[in-house]
Amino acid sequence: MLIDVKNMDHRELNDRIRDAQEDCVITNCCGQRFIAVGMSGKHITIEGVPGNALGAYLGGASVTVLSNAQDAVGDTMNDGEIVIHGNVGDAAGYAMRGGSIYVKGNAGYRAGIHMKAYREKKPVMVIGGRAGSFLGEYQAGGLILVLGLRCDGRKIVSYFPCTGMHGGKMILRSDCKDVVFPTQVSCHPATAEDLAEIREYVENFCRKFSMDTETIMDAPFTVITPNSSNPYRQMYVAN
Amino acid sequence: MSVDFIYPEFEVVRNDSRCIACRVCERQCANEVHSFDPKQGSILSDERKCVNCQRCVSLCPTRALKIVKSNCTLRENANWKDDTIKEVYKQAASGGVLLSSMGNPKEFPVYWDKILINASQVTNPSIDPLREPMETRVFLGKKPDRITRDQNGNIRCKLPPQLELSMPVMFSAMSYGSISYNAHASLARAATELGICYNTGEGGLHEDFYAYGPNTIVQVASGRFGVHKDYLDAGAAIEIKMGQGAKPGIGGHLPGAKIIGDVSRTRMVPEGSDAISPAPHHDIYSIEDLRQLVYSLKEATQYQKPIIVKVAAVHNIAAIASGVARSGADIIAIDGFRGGTGAAPTRIRDNVGIPIELALAAVDQRLRDEGIRNNVSLVAGGSIRCASDVVKAIALGADACYIATAALLALGCHLCRTCQSGKCNWGIATQRPELVKRLNPDMGAQRLVNLLTAWKHEIKELLGGMGINSIEALKGNRLMLRGIGLNEKELEILGISHAGE
Repeated sequence: MLIDVKNMDHRELNDRIRDAQEDCVITNCCGQRFIAVGMSGKHITIEGVPGNALGAYLGGASVTVLSNAQDAVGDTMNDGEIVIHGNVGDAAGYAMRGGSIYVKGNAGYRAGIHMKAYREKKPVMVIGGRAGSFLGEYQAGGLILVLGLRCDGRKIVSYFPCTGMHGGKMILRSDCKDVVFPTQVSCHPATAEDLAEIREYVENFCRKFSMDTETIMDAPFTVITPNSSNPYRQMYVAN
Repeated sequence: MSVDFIYPEFEVVRNDSRCIACRVCERQCANEVHSFDPKQGSILSDERKCVNCQRCVSLCPTRALKIVKSNCTLRENANWKDDTIKEVYKQAASGGVLLSSMGNPKEFPVYWDKILINASQVTNPSIDPLREPMETRVFLGKKPDRITRDQNGNIRCKLPPQLELSMPVMFSAMSYGSISYNAHASLARAATELGICYNTGEGGLHEDFYAYGPNTIVQVASGRFGVHKDYLDAGAAIEIKMGQGAKPGIGGHLPGAKIIGDVSRTRMVPEGSDAISPAPHHDIYSIEDLRQLVYSLKEATQYQKPIIVKVAAVHNIAAIASGVARSGADIIAIDGFRGGTGAAPTRIRDNVGIPIELALAAVDQRLRDEGIRNNVSLVAGGSIRCASDVVKAIALGADACYIATAALLALGCHLCRTCQSGKCNWGIATQRPELVKRLNPDMGAQRLVNLLTAWKHEIKELLGGMGINSIEALKGNRLMLRGIGLNEKELEILGISHAGE
């Protein structure tokens, strides 16, 4: 079902999606916020650029954006899938607990901040290009995978990645010699096991964006994990 | 090292002529102060471990026990007080940040105690609440500025979503994790029976408590623990926690040791892993960003529920509240600097923020001056201790109050201020099953209902005395208040006259 959202506000837009009995294609999207928040069981394709908080609190819905997306994509997402065929703004996947986000291009600041995992829920965010500063800040669970495609000699991730990280795993497709990590995390080159773990996500990525898995896998990967799930335990004294 | 030795703060006084060595005290003390000496057939005490929670005193069948403050003191010094010196020793020994529990215990002015309430004499008859109807119900939420009519001349009755309370008091946010399952059960049941609300705090909502949804406020804080669509849908209102009076400007940190079993499941974080709530919401840097979170929650719940934004009372609270009132929020909750906490750095708790009385008066006035008071309801918290505090808060401009410490006292808390240890002997601030079961939720709920039923009577009496028969008519009615022993500036901020004026 085609929904032309030119000049339509987000409230009406979401009502139209909720009312739709079939898959939705949204055209002429221009910055409407909150698209698909909290939705389950919907398949939504967006032409144009959606506004902030796309797919916040997302349940099992799937959202595909054919161009760029703005800030807070998948905030507190619980399940489902968001696919962005361009770049995303800041704080993508903030506190996401489940589901997956695939970004073809780059991500802004604080991607995957406070991402967490719980039981069967393990969120995955794959960023095709580069990531901005504070990638995976406070990461508490899940997997953040950055592929660094089209880096053009620039660092795969900007300043202060993994600050406050206390759970989950980050894997960067780089030897990371030029990246400074905080002392509370450990880095090692990806083992065969690590590579086996990410292959599924790289394959998904390549299927969505028509790329070649083997070409991407044929590169050094660095795995970053926290040293402790209780980083602040020693900081306090009872008074 | 001996230099760090701190003489125990309390002494356990056992009356040997009364003690029957029944060992109740030993069983009741999770801090392991009491122990039985089989050789002597008597009970020994290790007062170093005593936190003065009064559990043993209360349960000793022969009243053989009392806990007294130790009179072993350092040399008196008005500048270097005992506590100050001991804090230095603790930090010199550990290198740690001092961590405290419950509200600020320092000697700051309590303005509630310097405000007096009016009563009718001669010219304006007082009302007897036992004989005449009194309206204590309040509705929290955005109110329209004016009445509008449709083309047939009928009044448009559709209001923005409102939270209906039978009296202007709610239980404020205390997470499952910081307090026990039985404490939450008590609060949830009491809120339902009373027709008010309790608040989940940032710990998620236990599956057993979804049934109390119509009397539940679900909180969304920076860590987003336990937040998902069903959780948002479950509550009567959603509260965005921007700050807390006991620790403005900093986040929360539930140690991994407390993330066990159901707490882990409700927060949706793995067992043993710390639950860290970052200091800021990392997607909120402005009122516009706050508006985004407000509206994402409204969209997710289809505009069915009022959104509360909770902020700590800080220096620029009036300007901040003015911004929040324009963010789309329906209710602003302001938490004063004496508000409680399960754990906060001592220095922050005791030195950051401002009293709720001044913050509330400043905010109410600012919103009125700007013509946006009806955009939001105001909830005041941060040490509302009794019915007269509630009445004073309403006269200063609050629509309702949040209470938490008073509610915990009703459940048996003795304000020993060691919640952070997780060894609460009263079964409140603990997750140990053998301690949690000491708090019977049936009795807990009944005691909370008793407390607030009593407060409701007192509120009615105070209202009646003023010749007022509804909370609505008292709201912001500062003519009903007078200050005592306050200076010009304090009176100006509170917007009240001095007694005698």
